[in-house]
Amino acid sequence: MELSGGEILIQALKEEEVEFIFGYPGGAVLHIYDAIYQQNSIKHILVRHEQGATHAADGYARATGKPGVVLVTSGPGATNAVTGIATAFMDSIPMVILTGQVTSRFIGSDAFQEVDCIGITRPCVKHNFLVESLESLSDTLKKAFHVATTGRPGPVVVDIPKDFTAPGVKTEFDYSVPVEMRSYSPPTTGHPGQIRKAVDLIMSAKRPMIYSGGGVVLGDASESFREFCRKLSYPVTNTLMGLGAFPATDKQFVGMLGMHGTYEANMAMHGCDVLIAVGARFDDRVTGEVKRFCPNAQIVHIDVDPASISKTVTVDIPIVGDVGQVLEAMNRQIEEADREIDRAAIDLWWSEIEKWRGTNCLQYDKSDSVIKPQYVVEKLYEVTKGDAYLTSDVGQHQMWAAQFYHFDKPRRWINSGGLGTMGFGLPAAIGVQLAFPDEIVACITGEASIQMCIQELSTCLQYDLPIKIINLNNRYMGMVRQWQEFSYEKRYSHSYMDALPDFVRLTESYGHVGMLIDKPGDVESAMQEAFAMKDKLVFLDFITDQTENVYPMIEAGKGQDEMRLHPAQNRELA
Amino acid sequence: MRHVIAVLLENESGALSRVAGLFSARGYNIESLTVAPTHDPTMSRMTIVTYGTERVVEQITKQLNKLVDVVRLTDLTESHFLEREIMLIKLRAVEQSRSEIKRVADIFRGRILDVTETSYIVEMTGDAEKLDAFMKSVGKDNIIEVVRSGATGIARGEKSLRI
Repeated sequence: MELSGGEILIQALKEEEVEFIFGYPGGAVLHIYDAIYQQNSIKHILVRHEQGATHAADGYARATGKPGVVLVTSGPGATNAVTGIATAFMDSIPMVILTGQVTSRFIGSDAFQEVDCIGITRPCVKHNFLVESLESLSDTLKKAFHVATTGRPGPVVVDIPKDFTAPGVKTEFDYSVPVEMRSYSPPTTGHPGQIRKAVDLIMSAKRPMIYSGGGVVLGDASESFREFCRKLSYPVTNTLMGLGAFPATDKQFVGMLGMHGTYEANMAMHGCDVLIAVGARFDDRVTGEVKRFCPNAQIVHIDVDPASISKTVTVDIPIVGDVGQVLEAMNRQIEEADREIDRAAIDLWWSEIEKWRGTNCLQYDKSDSVIKPQYVVEKLYEVTKGDAYLTSDVGQHQMWAAQFYHFDKPRRWINSGGLGTMGFGLPAAIGVQLAFPDEIVACITGEASIQMCIQELSTCLQYDLPIKIINLNNRYMGMVRQWQEFSYEKRYSHSYMDALPDFVRLTESYGHVGMLIDKPGDVESAMQEAFAMKDKLVFLDFITDQTENVYPMIEAGKGQDEMRLHPAQNRELA
Repeated sequence: MRHVIAVLLENESGALSRVAGLFSARGYNIESLTVAPTHDPTMSRMTIVTYGTERVVEQITKQLNKLVDVVRLTDLTESHFLEREIMLIKLRAVEQSRSEIKRVADIFRGRILDVTETSYIVEMTGDAEKLDAFMKSVGKDNIIEVVRSGATGIARGEKSLRI
């Protein structure tokens, strides 16, 4: 079949079962947009800024597990997409970003809207391709999807010069040719000897700890992970990216770990003798001061990326492989093992952990006069019955959501963990709501974050997306303010959000419903009312306590066992 | 410690900048880097000389392996290997120093490629230490210009880096 480049692109996306393209047109992609116009099977979602396109595709990918697809033009289209590409890269999200490029013979001539997209995106993609001919377009697209979705996933950029999509020039299209890449073969099964050694160590533990990250979610390994944890009945903690991999409402779950994790999770990490790290990468927000990290632990680390092994923390038994496959092999071996777990020791360990849990580290001061942000999240959890897809922006609200919204399922918690991109939440919610039109999708945000991509309210109207925006409006960049309070003697340098818009009227002008809530007594009823409006986007502007802080906290340079608790809490309790 | 890493990579545009970018982005040291196509024109072979703790070098090899354009690599310093570098050096050669420089070049098995009334160009191959030693012997004041290729390396004996 002879097709033009634009048609090849559409056909290739169909073969990849792409439902949505998130994009924004421009000169270099006009041929492609013309091809989009002439078909109905793939839906194009027109965003209002290219950053929004990348976050929406990212949100779609996180919620569904399928690759998100972005289409932007050359020059500013590509550069605007970079923040979203880097966001996906840091969290290993499978995405294919198609960027227009100037006509091939003009490359390097500083042509209109020309930018070295391959050069600019190189450090924040899993891989990128410059299409070198019309004939190589189909093969390049197939490789891009293959690389983006296998091994440790990640964003892949395909830069396409305009002349290779022109309608008049055609070439043979055959997408059935399998991908061959001698330089790319992601690992699958773990090394059997390493797995045996690991199971032996795991079953001999007296103070074990299971620590899992985004890899379990991305690898769709939640089921085998749960089985693994339940067989052992060891304490489980998740990273910010791993929430939902293990049910948060389960007794075995000791909460999130790390900088704003629970006291019990961090103390248990610090005190464990065997640490089982599953699809996690020992991020600095998890470890605190590395020198003080898990001082007495022998560490097993399962990860699909060999470069994650012993990058920041030296591990004793590394297992490189697909997390799901490795866990299944481990589950079989635990079942068949002739050794017993030392249950008495484990019971003793649990009683110690229960004492730490007894500090009730997430407690906060309740109030009748001012809305506490934590209270809003608690009510959100109740009203949505813990079953919403919750996207988040970045800052205090993100931490409170992670602490107080108890995720029982994977892929429900959609947030920018690695890059910490403000502006992520609303466009990400667009991607999620499109993927799951009948599910509840809420975006938790703050008055600072939401303004970074607020233009996407317009996209929400165009595609009838009934997202619920939970704005915790404290008139501060809360997390910045908190650090300034703790570390800069309350010199609140530029963390105050002056001259805020009237969010209710702003939302209304975009054609949605806005609600202002400033009394604690109105929080629940407002939420009930908002979530009852099933076909409307509702922006709930909660005027919250201005100076509330996120506790507990591991401050910079401190170890896991040196958490700062809420001032009202007596550390001696622990 | 100094490590010599040999890399086979796809002979594609941009492959070199991926490797160079990796070193600068992650703050790894790079002493020299040479690259040219092999007998298989679809592949280039690169020799990277770097230094760092064992842990850093382990990360370097892992991160290099992760680059999609990298086909295979080996840390040559882990076993016996040969290392050669070529240097072209332009030396001031006047009056009595002319014969002295000629003699030193002979000792180091250098070849004189170009002669003028006041200068020689000497070609020399060897490992980095030998080239350094030659430069020291002729003396800084006699050196007009130096160009070195950077090291190339290959494992001795049966061991090989190929697909």
